[in-house]
Amino acid sequence: MSMLDALQIAVRAIIANRLRSLLTLLGLVIGVSSVIALIAVGQGTQKGVTDQIRGLGTDLVFIEPSAEATTQQGGGASPLTTTLTRADADAIAASGNPAISAVTSHITGETQAIAGVNNVGAESVFTSSNYAEVRDLEVATGSFIAPGHDRAGSLVAVLGSRVAETLYPSIDPIGQEVRLSFLAGRVVFAFTVIGVLQEVGGAADADDQVFVPITGMANRFRFLYTPTGDLRVTQIDVQAVPGADTEALKQQLTDLLLFRHNRSDPDFTIESQDDLLDAASEVANTLSILLGSIAGISLLVGGIGVMNIMLVSVTERTREIGIRRAVGATATDIVNQFVTEALALSVFGGIIGIVIGVVASLLVDGSTIGDQEMTTVIQAWSIAAAFGVSAGIGLLSGLYPAWRATVIDPIAALRNE
Amino acid sequence: MIRLDAVRKTFKTGETEINALDGVSLHVERGEFVAIMGQSGSGKSTMMNIIGLLDRPDEGAYLLSGQNVAGLSEHARARLRGTAFGFVFQSYSLLPRMSALEQVELPLIYQGVRDRRRRAAEALVRVGLADRIGHRPTQLSGGEQQRVAIARSLVVDPLVVLADEPTGALDTATGHEVMTLLSDLVNQHGMTIILVTHEPEVASFAHRMVRMRDGQIIQDTGASNAANPLNGEAST
Repeated sequence: MSMLDALQIAVRAIIANRLRSLLTLLGLVIGVSSVIALIAVGQGTQKGVTDQIRGLGTDLVFIEPSAEATTQQGGGASPLTTTLTRADADAIAASGNPAISAVTSHITGETQAIAGVNNVGAESVFTSSNYAEVRDLEVATGSFIAPGHDRAGSLVAVLGSRVAETLYPSIDPIGQEVRLSFLAGRVVFAFTVIGVLQEVGGAADADDQVFVPITGMANRFRFLYTPTGDLRVTQIDVQAVPGADTEALKQQLTDLLLFRHNRSDPDFTIESQDDLLDAASEVANTLSILLGSIAGISLLVGGIGVMNIMLVSVTERTREIGIRRAVGATATDIVNQFVTEALALSVFGGIIGIVIGVVASLLVDGSTIGDQEMTTVIQAWSIAAAFGVSAGIGLLSGLYPAWRATVIDPIAALRNE
Repeated sequence: MIRLDAVRKTFKTGETEINALDGVSLHVERGEFVAIMGQSGSGKSTMMNIIGLLDRPDEGAYLLSGQNVAGLSEHARARLRGTAFGFVFQSYSLLPRMSALEQVELPLIYQGVRDRRRRAAEALVRVGLADRIGHRPTQLSGGEQQRVAIARSLVVDPLVVLADEPTGALDTATGHEVMTLLSDLVNQHGMTIILVTHEPEVASFAHRMVRMRDGQIIQDTGASNAANPLNGEAST
C-alpha cells in the first residue's frame, strides 16, 4: 500500500466521521492556538515593559530612598518621607565624575488638576528644567520648564498629553490656568500652562503627569525642607555618558551618598536601567512560562483526546479491520492506516491551530483589555513547538490503537456485525 | 492445488477443549466447485479459515500449489491471502460509506495494483452490476451487496473463491441468483470455488459434496470434473 493510498483512506475515515473528527480537532486546535497566543501575550508583555523602561531615557541610574528609610521617617513632622535631598543631587553633579553627563531630581505626589469644569487625577512632578532632557521628553506645543522658571520659582505647569486632553478637550491649553490641589485638597494653587508633552503612549507615566518647577513649590511648602534647610527630593536621576560603566558609577554614587549621609549602610537604593530591565524581564519571563505551561496542558489534553478517539475508532471498526485483513491487508498496512489517520488529524488540527493562534495574537495586539494596552509578539519557536508537539502527540496516539488493531483476530472481527 | 493432510485444530473454551478439526485431509483441484456441508460446530468454517490462511492448523500439512504454507510468516500469509483467495461472507462484509467501485478496489490497494479503477469496474460488470458502480451498500439490495462482495473476491484473479454461507442472509429467489452467478464462474470461466453451507439446496449447485461432522469428513462425493468440461485435465 502506498503512502498516498494510506492518506486517502485516512482522509476518507476522517470525513466519514465528521462530527467526531471535528470534536477531536477542536481539542488540538485550542491547544495549539492557545500555546501560540499565550506565549505571544507573555512575550508582548515583556516587550511592553522593557520598552517602557527604555523610554525613560538612556543610560540612566535611578536613586530612590530605601523602603526601610521611608518607613522609619513616616509619622515624622513632614508628610514627605525621603532621605534624599537636592543637596545630594547637587553634590553628585559637582563631584566631577567623568561618567556623569547630567543629574536631575524631583518630588512626585498625588494631585487633582482642575481647569474650569474639567478635572483629572494626576501625578505631580516637582522638578527642574533639565528633567525633560534627562528623561527624553519632548514637548508637543509650548515649552518645558526653563532655567528662568527655576530661578524665579514661577507657578507654571507642563502637562502630560492625557492630562491636557482631559482638561482642555477643545481649546489650546497654552496660557490657560490650571489649578492643582495638594495634601488631599487642603491646598490649591493656580498655575499657567506653558507646555504640553508629546504622547509617549503605552503605559508610560509621563502622559498622566503634571510638571512644575520645584523651586516655586519649595517657597510654598515649608515641609519640603529638612530641619537643616536642605530641599527634600523623592528621586535623583543620574544620566551616564554613553558607554560608561554603570556598575562602577553605581558604586561611586553609593560611596558619595554614604559619606554625605554619614552612614555605613545605605538609606537609599541605586538601580540602573539595566537592573530594571533584568528585573522586568524576569517577571515577564515567569509570566511567559506560566502562560505557556497552561497552554501546554491544554495541548496535552487535546492530544489525549486524539488517542481516545483513535481507541474508540479501533473498537468501532473491528469489522472493517477484519474485512481489510481478509482482502490481504498486512498488520503493517493496518498500523499505517491508523497512524496515518491520527497524524492527518493532528497535523490538520495543528495547522488550523497555528492560523487561529496567529490571528488571535494579531487581533489582541494593540487592543485594550481592561486598563491594559496589550502587546503581543508572535514567536516562531512557539509555532514550531506547538506544531511539533501536536504532530508528535498524533503519532504517539496513533501507535497504540494501531497496535491494538493488529492483534484483533480477523475471524472474530469478521463475525463482528 | 489445495491439499490438507491430517489437519488438526483445537480451540480452548475455558477448561474444555474442542477438536474443531480432528485429522482432516482434503484435496481440491483447479476448476472444482466444492460444497462443504455440516451442522454448526462440525468444523466446516474452521476448515475454510485454515484454507483461506485466516487461521493456522495445530497439526498437519497444508500445501497450496505445492508450497507448504504452514510455516509462512504472518506478513507473507496476509500477502498470499490477498492474491490467492477471494472471500464471500454471509453478511456481505462490505465497508460502510464506500461505493461499489471502491469496495472492489480495496484488495487491489493492498497489492499496489495500478489500474485499479478499470479492473474493479470490469469485475462489477462480470457480476452484472455495471449500473451500480457508484452505489453505496445502503443503496443496494442484499443480492446486489453480495454481488459486490463476489466482484471484490474476483478482482484479484484468485486461485480459489471461498464462500461462507453466501446465501445465508438472502431470500430463496435472490439466493438462487447468487448461486447461479457462482456456478457460471465455475462453468464458464473455470473458477475454483469452495462453498460452506448447511442448506442442501445451495450445496446442490456444487459439483462435489464434502460432509463434515465433529471435525471429521464423513462423506466426500469426490471430484466430479466430468460436470465441467473446461477442467478435464485436473481430475485425479
